Amino acid sequence: MNKTYLTALLTSTLLAGPALAQTTLTIESWRNDDLTIWQDTIIPAFNAQHPEISVVFAPSAPAEYNAALNSKLAAGSAGDLITCRPFDASLELFNQGHLADLTDLAGMANFSDVAKSAWQTDDGAATFCVPMASVIHGFIYNADAFAELGIEVPATEAEFFAALDKIKADGTYIPMAMGTNDQWEAATMGYNNIGPNYWKGEEGRRALIAGEQKLTDPQWVAPFEQLAKWKDYLGDGFEAQTYPDSQNLFTLGRAAIYPAGSWEISGFNAQADFKMGAFPPPVAAEGDTCYISDHTDIAIGLNAKSPNAEAARVFLDWVASPEFATLYANALPGFFSLNSTPVEMQDPLAQEFVSWRGKCEPTIRSTYQILSRGTPNLENETWNASANVIRGSETPADAAKRLQDGLASWYEPQK
Amino acid sequence: MAARKPVRWHIAVFLAPAVLVYTAIMIIPLIGTLNLSLFNKGPDGVQFVGLANFATLFGDPRWSASFWNALGNNAWFFLIHMLVQNPIGIALAAILSTPKLRMAAFYRTAIFIPTILSFVIVGFVWKLILSPIWGIAPGLLDLVGLKSLFAPWLGREEYALTTLALISVWQFVGIPMMLIYAALLSIPDEVLEAAEMDGITGASQFWKIKLPLILPSIGIISILTFVGNFNAFDLIYVAQGALAGPDFSTDILGTFLYRTFFGFQLQLGDPYMGSAIAGAMFGIILLGVCIYLFGIQTRLRRYQF
Repeated sequence: MNKTYLTALLTSTLLAGPALAQTTLTIESWRNDDLTIWQDTIIPAFNAQHPEISVVFAPSAPAEYNAALNSKLAAGSAGDLITCRPFDASLELFNQGHLADLTDLAGMANFSDVAKSAWQTDDGAATFCVPMASVIHGFIYNADAFAELGIEVPATEAEFFAALDKIKADGTYIPMAMGTNDQWEAATMGYNNIGPNYWKGEEGRRALIAGEQKLTDPQWVAPFEQLAKWKDYLGDGFEAQTYPDSQNLFTLGRAAIYPAGSWEISGFNAQADFKMGAFPPPVAAEGDTCYISDHTDIAIGLNAKSPNAEAARVFLDWVASPEFATLYANALPGFFSLNSTPVEMQDPLAQEFVSWRGKCEPTIRSTYQILSRGTPNLENETWNASANVIRGSETPADAAKRLQDGLASWYEPQK
Repeated sequence: MAARKPVRWHIAVFLAPAVLVYTAIMIIPLIGTLNLSLFNKGPDGVQFVGLANFATLFGDPRWSASFWNALGNNAWFFLIHMLVQNPIGIALAAILSTPKLRMAAFYRTAIFIPTILSFVIVGFVWKLILSPIWGIAPGLLDLVGLKSLFAPWLGREEYALTTLALISVWQFVGIPMMLIYAALLSIPDEVLEAAEMDGITGASQFWKIKLPLILPSIGIISILTFVGNFNAFDLIYVAQGALAGPDFSTDILGTFLYRTFFGFQLQLGDPYMGSAIAGAMFGIILLGVCIYLFGIQTRLRRYQF
């Protein structure tokens, strides 16, 4: 009797299991900083509409993400939803059959072609990730320090260096918070931040891809020449200063200017107790057209081998909605929505960044599309070259020549 | 008629677990890696390319420059360990084994503790200690009036690798110390007493009696250091990242392999070239171990007590 009862109970549990079970979707991401935002804001908002699908946000460390994801996908243990790096990293995953084709997803209509360009095949025929956000480069400054020293927000190169000189002469603040230990800041927040003003944004970037311009042309060497001048304005021992060191130096109020990407905004808002402002990369002469790096940075795609593809598509459709765009852009100020529907943002610093879209020409990072497909990898070489130039161990001309030689060694149009 | 020698099954049975486990988790993956290094992506999918990957690794100016840079750095890393870690280890063991030393157990434990720490912790802690911004190193040097000697060591091409090697020495000096300590303790008292009878005491006893007796242990330590150093990866990766900055001055074979095999940032992983590098590392380590086994160990004189 007892045994029968127990058996019946067990059987009923087993039978009821599948009927009641929720579909669980796992998201792979490198944004481990965003864990609480996903758990507290985004996933609950999704579950309000779709209680039957539970979502787990499972990020890994940014530096390990690509390697870890590739291994997981190859082993078949990756999550259902894959946060997509822009361009080739994701394109390669699509070509290998790891990412599903999302061209026919209804929500894709909410994005412009430019927004989707980072997650399409070269001919634009297939789109494989839903664009989430772009990041804008510029400089964040300590507004209190600027007021204290009587410095105007610089708009031109000359004003920029005059401001740095003034901060240095005063001595209270480190003029600029950046180090070369981790290398990528030098390239991403240095070279690709100020560069578009010299190579004229999209015009130069496309000409480089077409093989009409070379990295040794003056407009591509000029950003290195600027970076070489930064050395004198960085803190003591900047050679061993890491990325978190730089963030802390700035948010503790010890440095006046921080070469930034807009993704810093939410972290800085939480850490810094002084007023902050932002300015776009300074132009050579007053009245020049300004160019900004408005880089399509993050999207989300579907693991082609996911057993929960149907639920995942429901989630992706929701990610493509204006509702998600508003939630995401406000939960993470500094990650600007790529959705065609304009998004209202509350954060003043984020508003400042996004306002540059109105007066400057946007472009994306020069090394990301197509040019980092071969060996040596142009993006990684640019990290190394930019860090070398700032440290002064390589001249701008030498660095540019090395990059050009490397690119020409495998990229047909540059041969 | 003599009885047939019974088949000694128990030998196979006792060896089986170790052989099976070792084969499954070491030998098969090793052969798999070596096999993978003979393939590469061609116009029609993955195909057998023979030794072409190795030809690229050693023949292509870029690949070979990276490889020789990594190998050179690795050799320097090993040299520092041999010149600093092992002599200090032996010296510490000699001091610890002096009967007059008080609190020997405390010193032994304290010196050995870093060995059991994770690389990640060691890398992180030393990065903080040496940080020009928050580190205690500049302050400590300032206290003794040597602030001018401070430099952002981990960020300078000329110092970074040596600094990391010394951090690794700090972490692992306990291992040679323990092994030599054990070897010193196993020297029979009669030998030492006989030496004393002959008037050999103190330092000359160490050089003339103890050192020759612990030479086999020093040989083992050297080969362990060699294998450990040429397999090293963690400390560099934790402290300097996969690009092994500044300007690849701390790039060793392990980080070079990691970058190539798994990819880094926009660089996609290339398991075929990665396997070729792993194959080259295997060859280097095999060569080193063979030189030791056949060239040195067979010539070491052993003493039976």
